Amino acid sequence: MIGPFSDPVMQRALVEATLVGVCGGALGCWVIFYGLSYASESLAHGLFPGLVAAALLGLPLVLGAGVGLVAAALAVAVASRVPGVGRNVAVAVVVTSLFGLGVLLALSPASPPGIQALLFGDVLGANDADLALSGALALGIVGALWLLHGRLLAVGFDRDFARSLGVSAAAADAAVLTLLAGAILVGVQGMGNLLVVAVLIGPAATARQLSSRMAPMMLLSVAVAALAGAAGLCLSYYAGTAAGASIAAALVAAYLAAAFGRRSRLPITVEEVP
Amino acid sequence: MNRAAASHEVDGGPLIRATSDRDVLAEAAGLTVGYGGVAAIENVSFRVRRGERIALLGPNGGGKTTLLRSITGEADRISGSLRVSASWATVPQTERSRLDYPVSALDVAVMGSLASLPWWRQPGRRERAAALQALERVGMVKLAGATFGELSAGQRQRVLIARGLVQDAGLLLLDEPFTGLDASSSDRLETLIGALATEERGILIATHDLEQARRWDLVVCLNRRQIAFGPPGEVLNLAVLEATYGGAIVAIPDSGGLGILPPHHHHQS
Repeated sequence: MIGPFSDPVMQRALVEATLVGVCGGALGCWVIFYGLSYASESLAHGLFPGLVAAALLGLPLVLGAGVGLVAAALAVAVASRVPGVGRNVAVAVVVTSLFGLGVLLALSPASPPGIQALLFGDVLGANDADLALSGALALGIVGALWLLHGRLLAVGFDRDFARSLGVSAAAADAAVLTLLAGAILVGVQGMGNLLVVAVLIGPAATARQLSSRMAPMMLLSVAVAALAGAAGLCLSYYAGTAAGASIAAALVAAYLAAAFGRRSRLPITVEEVP
Repeated sequence: MNRAAASHEVDGGPLIRATSDRDVLAEAAGLTVGYGGVAAIENVSFRVRRGERIALLGPNGGGKTTLLRSITGEADRISGSLRVSASWATVPQTERSRLDYPVSALDVAVMGSLASLPWWRQPGRRERAAALQALERVGMVKLAGATFGELSAGQRQRVLIARGLVQDAGLLLLDEPFTGLDASSSDRLETLIGALATEERGILIATHDLEQARRWDLVVCLNRRQIAFGPPGEVLNLAVLEATYGGAIVAIPDSGGLGILPPHHHHQS
């Protein structure tokens, strides 16, 4: 290992950032084409009190995230049944309330140090157990995406037709949302609850500018996420900036470069004159 | 049996059909369907058997698409009965499918194979071969690698038909498949529909082309209710067409045929 990555802390951070990138990059493509960008942000924020509660009680974060997720989903379901309240409004109200509750718990003077890391992430603080958990989750997510690829593709393309194939669109949505929860869990360690959405949306949005097939788009997205992770860590090492925020900045830079590059490559279209 | 009758049977499919339940792919009796409890078409009674091409005729908004959607379960049954006893495949109007989606024509055709695969199996070499064969049949094999959204409307339609072929559904539901096709593509598609019918499939085709409908086995005339159902020779008379299209029917001189005028507009000049 060379440069910043000769340090074991940075090595572990690089592994963690790469695992986050693999999950976020691959799943992000589905998030975009299933129109779940808003849902992924809501989910990340909605399960926050669960994470904080688990950390405060010394329980595994996975458990806290799972309970937080179910609670958030139920709250959204109940709120959207209130007459006159649209689904988006219900999501916004529930998620903001839950996130506020989580922040209140996390930032109270009584909470032990380290809880704040759930909010902003602490990719440099990843220990071997964190890496093992992230690795297992990443393996599960990639494996599930591999298994379900054909069906997810068919449902995303044409939901009504998918029904004639015996593929349930609701089951596909549930699968993507479940994997999304898993990816958020992986990402929250490194990127924090606030920035995890950057890894879910940024690389996929970048890859979409450059590819018109799902599988290559997913590979490209993973590559973008992993490279941005390494670049962000370098930036953080040399410039002394926060690691999670630096990775998010690298992702935004990659997206802007791809969008600008694509625009300059596009042929000039000639309008037909009637 | 004379020679002419025998050749007619080969061209047009068997004239005498067994009326066993096995041959009935879908059957509606007194069916009223709609959306959110509001009826869109009322009192529809028809039967689709194996090997039949059935035209759905009617004005825009007359209920052709709704009738197809009643079979797929997208429209709600309000009263009457509907029995669908075959697997079905839809060829939707192309604007319903997404054009910015990252798939090739081959990817779309391959999707039809998912019906026969258990959920953990990915389409493999055999499924891709079947998809290519289907694309070959609709004349799209050369564009198998093209991005779906970049194809012309007619080409997209043929790819969606190929997807239905890969699915090997007993009942094909085509919603205005000839819209946007040039004459040669249209002829090729009509030949294909004929070939599919001889393979014992039932095919429901929403169409605006009266002459096309005359060449098929049965017609359903719809204008927010069922006007008529039966063989085109019996059903497509002036009274039925006027009830279906609201009086905008003219006899075409010297051809013996009937034409449909576009919806009538009142102009103040």
